[in-house]
Amino acid sequence: MGRFILRRSLQALLVLLVMSFVIYNLIGLMPGDPLDVMIASNPGATPEVVARLRAIYGLDQPILYRYAHWLWAAVQCDLGFSRTHSQPVLEVLAPALWVTCKLMLISFVISVILSLMLGISAALKPGGIVDGLVSLGAFAGISVPVFWLALMMILIFAVKLHWLPASGISNVGDGSFRDHFVHLIMPVATLALANTGGFTRFVRASMIETLRMDHVRTARAKGNSEGRVVLVHALRNAMIPVVTVMALSFGTLFSGALLTETMFAQPGMGKMIYDSILSNDFNLALSGLLFATLVTLASNLMADLAYGWLDPRITL
Amino acid sequence: MILRRIAVALALMLCASGQGSAQTSGARDTLVIGLSSFPTQMHPSINPEAVKAYIEGFALRPVTAFDTTWTNNCLYCAQLPTVENGLAEIEERPGALPGMAVTIKLKPDLKWADGQPVTARDLAFTAKVGRDPASGFANTRAWGRVERVEVIDDLTAVMHIDEVSTYFDRVGTLLPEHIEGPIYDTAKGPGDYINRSVYNRAPTTPGLWNGPYRVAEYVSGSTIVLELNPYWAGRKPGFAKIVFKTVDNTSALMANLQAGDVDMTPGEGMGLTVDQALSLSKNLPDRFTYIYKPALTYDHIDLQLGNPILADLRVRRALLHAIDRRAMTDRLFDGKFPVADSWVSPLEHIYTRDVARYPFDLARARALLAEAGWKPGGDGICRNAEGAKLSIEFRVTAGNKLRELMQQVIQSQWKAACIETITRNDPPRLLFGETLKKRGFTGAVLYSWLFNVESSPRQILGSDQIPTAENNWSGTNYTGWHNAVMDDGIKTVETEVDPVKRQVAWDAMQRVYAEELPVLPLFFRVEVHVVPKWLRGYRPTGHNDFSVYWAEKWRAE
Repeated sequence: MGRFILRRSLQALLVLLVMSFVIYNLIGLMPGDPLDVMIASNPGATPEVVARLRAIYGLDQPILYRYAHWLWAAVQCDLGFSRTHSQPVLEVLAPALWVTCKLMLISFVISVILSLMLGISAALKPGGIVDGLVSLGAFAGISVPVFWLALMMILIFAVKLHWLPASGISNVGDGSFRDHFVHLIMPVATLALANTGGFTRFVRASMIETLRMDHVRTARAKGNSEGRVVLVHALRNAMIPVVTVMALSFGTLFSGALLTETMFAQPGMGKMIYDSILSNDFNLALSGLLFATLVTLASNLMADLAYGWLDPRITL
Repeated sequence: MILRRIAVALALMLCASGQGSAQTSGARDTLVIGLSSFPTQMHPSINPEAVKAYIEGFALRPVTAFDTTWTNNCLYCAQLPTVENGLAEIEERPGALPGMAVTIKLKPDLKWADGQPVTARDLAFTAKVGRDPASGFANTRAWGRVERVEVIDDLTAVMHIDEVSTYFDRVGTLLPEHIEGPIYDTAKGPGDYINRSVYNRAPTTPGLWNGPYRVAEYVSGSTIVLELNPYWAGRKPGFAKIVFKTVDNTSALMANLQAGDVDMTPGEGMGLTVDQALSLSKNLPDRFTYIYKPALTYDHIDLQLGNPILADLRVRRALLHAIDRRAMTDRLFDGKFPVADSWVSPLEHIYTRDVARYPFDLARARALLAEAGWKPGGDGICRNAEGAKLSIEFRVTAGNKLRELMQQVIQSQWKAACIETITRNDPPRLLFGETLKKRGFTGAVLYSWLFNVESSPRQILGSDQIPTAENNWSGTNYTGWHNAVMDDGIKTVETEVDPVKRQVAWDAMQRVYAEELPVLPLFFRVEVHVVPKWLRGYRPTGHNDFSVYWAEKWRAE
């Protein structure tokens, strides 16, 4: 086990190195830079001003030189300064990460619980009424655009019913647990609903397949209760493909909730990464994307470890 | 049982949160402003952004600013320097061209929010940082022209400017020398001051702010709260607290307005779009006041004058005659966008009506094209004697709904005049970073310029500003137009202190622009301000010196 984790950690380091090179160069390949956009709308920005700013921000250096400079600093644990925020990258990253962690962890846990409940219920009687309703709901969850779902929730719960705040992370001068909690309800519900649909389909399909296997039939023949058969003998095996999908989703959740964050004014990682890429803020974009990559790699490692627990026949 | 208890608790929490927000808006000592963007950093002179200028306008004011009548006024000076009152005078500079000595007398009762007085030393310090190329100031020319500052006493300083400039009376925001001075003095190299400035590292430091408010809370990407500056000696503001809440998506921002989570959205390019405001005003006509203020954002079509088709003046005039700008503004923007005759807004004092106009006239457009050798073919598209089609490439920024809509309408109107257009839309970075910058377009590009009041058009119309490979694609005169009348006029409006002579030059420049049409003028945008009915004293300016410079007059009734 220890050797496996060490091997995977070394692989992760290599992936991070390659990713950093690819991301840095991809951002650099984007046409123009933010200073070009600045002069395009501002007749007062002279070419001399732009050239001077480009030099100050290091944008006049070759991209490989800039990358090497960044890499050398990064291995010394210095992620540098955000060009647009003029603050150390970690100081910009940390609050965004906290917002995203709250949002993602809660919505992930909710969607996993919901999808297990719904997927198992549907799989027990494929083609039945429950299966039909669950499948319908799951397809709706997959198909409905997140921004539309978010807007509908705001219109219903904030505009019409006045039950919940429309957006933001807390009320000014409050900051209590309750205040933070009510501000999280709609964004968490939106993300959870969007994810539950896909997860439910995987749980249902995997459970239907597992419930037809010999060891499940044997468990029933031995006189085990239906609940024990489903939850102990079938679910454990059915979870192996589901865990893979969930692990992959977990990583993307950390960087890909841009729409939810934008609609509910949650200043999280998705929005931060998007803005930093658009503004050629290399240090910030790179750190954000590498962190998302790291989470994906870590969640996959966790999934691999979970395989061994779910099925002792799998050796790591 | 447990589940039921949880449900009851949740319901009670929800009810409590609803009551809380109602009480907040009911008290009305707080104004919540919804914005569609958040400033990336807080230093007033680095990385300029409209949203930052708007927020900081409550807390940090320039020495002079244009007011709602578009007249330059003192905010922090006792008297506006002019040549007539002797506070500005032309002075000889040994071995160089003449310059100017401009005396700034600060108001006596100005204080930073930590109680320290605002003095002439702050002005001298700001000029020192501002003219340092390594400081990271976006526009070092504003202060760079100031060769030196003589501090006469605590409230008086003389700025010695290295040229005779008509912009001598425009003095920006001051930096607190007692806070930023030590940071600047110990900065280690280019860009270091930017990263260490207290504005970016601790924006809630009271001594950074000298307006009626100071920044009291700063949540990156989300919220900024302003509270009263206890040392503000001017008129007492009507609100004890100003809260800025950022909602990037304007549809969600509109929902926030409807829900009462924000009280207003400003119009200075960071609130609702015009179509959203029009829709909201139809649904909720009585809840808000909708102010449509014409602004200095100029929608226009740049033409590639290196293209032989567009080099022909008759074709350019035909193109403009073929666009029904009045119908466009009426149908697309409820008549709110004023039709432009040139880059100078009719609201500017320098505007002249005495210019060539091009009303919608399809027959006149066809006649001009025929005169230029373009006759309609069997497919309705004009062809010349060699059989070549009258076909023009037409670009806007991809994803900009408003511009794409205008493009579609203009495309169909040009088609009616036998002009074919080929649409090639680029994302903003490609359009501004490559296509325009390197003059890589062959036909027409629709986009906007944002001007200041009475700003020189050198950057966009001066012949020394045409980007070429030789000058490393410097300048933004993308059409490649060069005209002696325009060049002379630019020089005059930048250096002539006599306003009568300047006006003559402004008139000549507007006339030659409208005659020659290097650019097709379309509209001036309007800013739409959505403010609560109970807000009094709110007067948008329509230019870059925002209404917030007079925010202490805002009151709830």
